[in-house]
Amino acid sequence: MSSTWMTTRAWLLMLPLLVVMVAVIGWPLVDTVGLSFTDARLVGTAGSFVGVDNYTSMLSSSNFSRTLITTTLFAVISVVAEMVIGVLAALLLNQEFRGRAILRALMILPWALPTVVNATLWRLIYNPEYGALNAALTQLHLIDAYRSWLGEPGTALAALIVADCWKNFPLVALIALAALQAVPRDITAASLVDGAGPFNRFRFVILPYLAGPLMVALVLRTIEAFKVFDIIWVMTRGGPANTTRTLSILVYQEAFSFQRAGSGASLALIVTLLVTLLAVAYAALVRKTAGSAA
Amino acid sequence: MERKSPAFTIFIYACALLLAAIILAPLAWLFIMSISPAADLAAKPLRWWPQAADFSRYQLLLSTAENSAGGAFTSSLRNSLEIAGMATLAALALAIPAGWAVSRTPAIGWSLSMVIATYMLPPVALAVPLYMGLSHLGLLNNVFGLALVYLTILAPFTTWLMKSGFDSIPREIEAAAMIDGAGLFQTLRIITLPLAAPVMATSALFAVLLAWDEFFYALLFTSDQRAKTLTVAIADLAGGRVSDYGLIATAGVLAALPPVLIGLVMQRALISGLTSGGVKG
Repeated sequence: MSSTWMTTRAWLLMLPLLVVMVAVIGWPLVDTVGLSFTDARLVGTAGSFVGVDNYTSMLSSSNFSRTLITTTLFAVISVVAEMVIGVLAALLLNQEFRGRAILRALMILPWALPTVVNATLWRLIYNPEYGALNAALTQLHLIDAYRSWLGEPGTALAALIVADCWKNFPLVALIALAALQAVPRDITAASLVDGAGPFNRFRFVILPYLAGPLMVALVLRTIEAFKVFDIIWVMTRGGPANTTRTLSILVYQEAFSFQRAGSGASLALIVTLLVTLLAVAYAALVRKTAGSAA
Repeated sequence: MERKSPAFTIFIYACALLLAAIILAPLAWLFIMSISPAADLAAKPLRWWPQAADFSRYQLLLSTAENSAGGAFTSSLRNSLEIAGMATLAALALAIPAGWAVSRTPAIGWSLSMVIATYMLPPVALAVPLYMGLSHLGLLNNVFGLALVYLTILAPFTTWLMKSGFDSIPREIEAAAMIDGAGLFQTLRIITLPLAAPVMATSALFAVLLAWDEFFYALLFTSDQRAKTLTVAIADLAGGRVSDYGLIATAGVLAALPPVLIGLVMQRALISGLTSGGVKG
């Protein structure tokens, strides 16, 4: 069979997927670019060309810079916490103890819980009048009066990060555990014979095996965290006083609450660009890690 | 471990208990809230264990009476099932041929890379044109419209999983069947697809989980019982003026049950699916 025919046939089999992807992703993305240079409203007028006005006014607004800082804080803190707790949990699950299989099976639960249910659950836990957190802390005499964890600017973002970590660290743990189980037994045994302490063993013997999979988990989690919408919308809608407003929430408000489709589109593209830059930087890092680990 | 001191063993068990408590406590509390009488949940100090288990909220939510909390919940449950089912079938129909083509013809692999790269796009970058497009086609607040939009999420992921699955089926088996005189589609039907059945099942389950979990597009593109999904219905309950927190918890338990059961039953396949990307880099 000629290779030209093989390639043509492959393209024919790809075609349905590509057509649908162009229709539901390609075209909307191009249209968003077009909209971002207009003052179009969500409903009604098509809007007229305004050049880069949307971009300049967005980038210079204090809303944008505040939101960018909030998003970065949310992404960095929650992803770092998820990686650290996830790896610690994986190291634990890699030990031999009774009930290990059950504990490992339990790790799938937070991951499988729908994001909206997770957000609702934590919203109930943080409830200012009847929440379990207030009740527990009061009964332990750690606080004197019930607090509004999601209603106070000082605690809302931290409370969200805890809820996000709880759902996402188990996935990191499962990925790290799969990598740990690929570490050959005789290598760890040899390092013990050579007198390596626990820290050096982790750093020089185990970490090289973890680096690749963990980098991938880090990339995926960071991109997810940067795009975060669901958990924040359900728990705080970006409040109080916009202290938990992330970029996706800001785009939603601009394009759909205020119906400013044009400036919403420009902001969405700025977010897309930031995520892409992040991914490209990470891809370089992954390649470097993979190179040094091999 | 080779050297195990009693202190180390105690430390390991303490950590294991802590981890189990961290995972289970919030989930257990969700369930306890769902069966606690409203008075127990509002009591101060809070009653952590119900005086009598009360399953009436499950009955309430699963009743199909018109214009009740149950009516709204069951219609959103039905919408979620329909949308997840349709989107999953459509995603697989696109993913199976495309995944096979890329697996057997690496020269076109870059096109799949481009499809997968769309994962980076935040949904907000597509939302406005999709909203206008669906509105133009009369597909706003419509289960078919939402299922179509869900292909943006489901199709790239399932294609990538199917491609990895076909990669692990040796092409020599297909070549042998062809030498024996089978045509391409006969070969695929008799040899390749049966071998790929487990991967198809895993991909389908992943797709169902993704569709079941989706919230952003559902929030934007649906407005009433005709198309609202479970996630939107629960967010409505959580953000609304429902005074009985147990009812919100019950809705959460019911919405979580299918994906949690899928997760527990399929965990080996799900984990290998999730980590295969990590191993290959």
